Amino acid sequence: MSFPDGFIVHEHDVLVIGAGGAGLRAAIEASGAGVTVGVICKSLLGKAHTVMAEGGMAAAMGNVDDRDNWEVHFADTMRGGQYLNNPIMAEHHAKESPERVRELESWGAVFDRTKEGKILQRNFGGHRYPRLAHVGDRTGLELIRTLQDHGIHQGMEVFMEMTVVSLLKSGGRIAGVLGYDRERGRMHVWKAKAVILATGGIGKSFRITSNSWEGTGDGHSLAYHAGAELMDMEFVQFHPTGMVWPPSVRGILVTEGVRGEGGVLRNSEGKRFMFDDVPDAYRSQVASNEEEGWRYVCGDKNANRPPELLTRDHVARCINREIKAGRGSPHGGVFLDIAWIKEKIPNASAHIQRKLPSMYHQFKQLAGVDITTERMEVGPTTHYVMGGVAVDGDTQESCVPGLFAAGEVTAGLHGANRLGGNSLSDLVVFGKLAGEHAAKFAKANRAVEVDPAQINDHTQEIEKVFDRPTGENPFAIQYALQDAMQDLVGIVRTEKEMQLALVKIEELKKRYKKVGITGHREYNPGWHTSIDLNCMLTVSESITRSALERKESRGAQFRDDFPEKSAECATFNLVAKKAPDGTMEIRRRPIVAMRPDLKAIIEKMK
Amino acid sequence: MPTEPSNPHSQDASTTVQFRIWRGDSTGGTFHTYPVAVSEGMVVLDCVHRIQAEQANDLAVRWNCKAGKCGSCSAEINGQPKLMCMTRMETLPAGQPVTVEPLRAFPSIRDLVTDVSWNFRVKKKIKPFKPRKPDNADGSWTMMQEDVDRVQEFRKCIECFLCQDVCHVLRDHHKHDEFIGPRFLMYTAALEMHPLDTEDRIADLKNNDGIGYCNITKCCTKVCPEHIGITDNAIIPMKERVVDEFYDPMTRLFRMFKPKR
Repeated sequence: MSFPDGFIVHEHDVLVIGAGGAGLRAAIEASGAGVTVGVICKSLLGKAHTVMAEGGMAAAMGNVDDRDNWEVHFADTMRGGQYLNNPIMAEHHAKESPERVRELESWGAVFDRTKEGKILQRNFGGHRYPRLAHVGDRTGLELIRTLQDHGIHQGMEVFMEMTVVSLLKSGGRIAGVLGYDRERGRMHVWKAKAVILATGGIGKSFRITSNSWEGTGDGHSLAYHAGAELMDMEFVQFHPTGMVWPPSVRGILVTEGVRGEGGVLRNSEGKRFMFDDVPDAYRSQVASNEEEGWRYVCGDKNANRPPELLTRDHVARCINREIKAGRGSPHGGVFLDIAWIKEKIPNASAHIQRKLPSMYHQFKQLAGVDITTERMEVGPTTHYVMGGVAVDGDTQESCVPGLFAAGEVTAGLHGANRLGGNSLSDLVVFGKLAGEHAAKFAKANRAVEVDPAQINDHTQEIEKVFDRPTGENPFAIQYALQDAMQDLVGIVRTEKEMQLALVKIEELKKRYKKVGITGHREYNPGWHTSIDLNCMLTVSESITRSALERKESRGAQFRDDFPEKSAECATFNLVAKKAPDGTMEIRRRPIVAMRPDLKAIIEKMK
Repeated sequence: MPTEPSNPHSQDASTTVQFRIWRGDSTGGTFHTYPVAVSEGMVVLDCVHRIQAEQANDLAVRWNCKAGKCGSCSAEINGQPKLMCMTRMETLPAGQPVTVEPLRAFPSIRDLVTDVSWNFRVKKKIKPFKPRKPDNADGSWTMMQEDVDRVQEFRKCIECFLCQDVCHVLRDHHKHDEFIGPRFLMYTAALEMHPLDTEDRIADLKNNDGIGYCNITKCCTKVCPEHIGITDNAIIPMKERVVDEFYDPMTRLFRMFKPKR
């Protein structure tokens, strides 16, 4: 078949879009299954957002507390997700994550150790027992470097600094993808029998976020426009502790590990406000006083966790409440204090620097704060999206044949709220499954031809911005969108504000059609932002429309106009799908029924 | 950058700083001057972004995490190899222009972006991790913390390649074909010192990786944003192992009788 001139054509059995933890794990699995694999990285290899993950990866290995097992992890994950999770995925995750952690060790990862020389596990919000395998507070770096260093010897072909513009379909099936390389601005076509989306999150739709520039929801948008379904998009996790000062670092993550190691939250009156508001579902698991909370941190098995280690949705709302009530810190956050542990242990300063080295340096260098002697100022930051491409719980395949997804871009595992530490394990558990099943699909199906007309249309679409050098500044539209989402679809939501957000999104879509850029195709950030914008607009619309439709407060979604949970809303997930006329439809889908044996586990753990 | 929410403390009066930024590509380039309004707490990368958003939409810069964790935004700031995201404006001389250039040890792609692909090719040539058989039935190993401390120090590396940029063997003598540079000498050291690893890379260090070129000027250690003891803790011990294996007379004698691996 003939291609338009100037296209560079590649061909693989399985093509992975994204090279964070999920993408690399998927690529390793598919390569091991004997099919040819390509991996497209938006940045350089090893720089994906996984590198920012700090606290650890949850796996019920029971190395620190032998009462832990997959059933407890399963129940914790479902409780944290307010039972909107796909139980099949939660089961896979809880059962398989210990094996995935040990596998990383066999590929060279070096986790922190227990006194007996086993992999050490730490406490984290919503996890009943110490469960997070970790390396100080740079676990994500360890994960991605291990997968990278192992992966480059498995035969996969890696494409760095390339961006996918569109998925190509033929006869309803995935046929390949269209993209371009940033270095030269050349267009590429990758033919593939199966495609795995592993593109991560959407944080850049908001003004204050822990995400890097890459988190623009590319995979969400690609899947949606290719006819796949986006589920649970209303559930966006606002991590309770981001930096708030100086302004230029606002939103950068402060790991939950700080609280896992004994850090406490205080308001301007010096009060540990988290003790004031403990949800019923967790009351029996929370310390009744500060002393008990500290004993838990020290590993006392008879003690309950301090309230700072409640789930992220809840802690973020409590912090938000303190700030709104005027009990915040000078720069509009609250205080997070780890230095206080010097009252409890000798050599606290060295201990903090050893357990939280990145946090120590981050605050010292960027804010001039020494966390071993001073309090940090923290506030909520957009961190993670629970929603994403709806997939089959066993195979990770979407409703588009040949299109798979793994990691943050998928929905299902985390339901209405993700527990910290469940993301890194999500990446490797479902990265492996996606790689395995995509390889199977590629072996069972012949390649289908890509359609030159589709390629031409999509290419023209992204190139016409060059014809409007005096058009709208893409960065200005991006900022306007971020402002709208932050202010109108943030931690506390109302019908009225979200309707206004929809109006703004429609206006921005119109302005987007007038975007113009200067310069040429080579490494042009303006051009790149104009392409990202399309994804961000799609994602923002799906978040807003889903959030409007869920008229209740549950997990990460808090509606000021519907502050309670509703029994009816507990029965469905929301799904966004592109209608034939191009508009976005939101439908209710009954939640995945739980098998009786899994139901029994939930009952047992209540 | 996006405007931050209104907050009396973030509205500090800004001062204008002149930025001299190298713009060009593999065929050459020049410095362009941009005035930037700088407020408290800003880092160099913020200023570059502000220029990009307001004055030069097509200014090429590579960055990701903006928190010193990914090692993407390496550049030469006032001649010093640094991460742009971790260089606060307050640390630079007040009232003077700030010069930002791309890494000079690697070919230019465009503006502040360089072609660092050589590093990825070098890594692929180093023999991968090869663990001993698991110690335990569940496939796990027993390792003590004190035995992994050193390896963990090396594994903090964020691959910013500032050490490669500053190393005179690469920067001035262009020995890219014979010398793998401090990053990969340390990468090799991390593998060699890994308690589980059974591979031998000492001959490669001597014959292929050019460890002898390093004359321990410690420039790499000085620029490392992770404060890793690259020279003292990684390169020197590897040099010692090379010496022990290839130049120590007793070892050479012993090797003559040792069965081949």
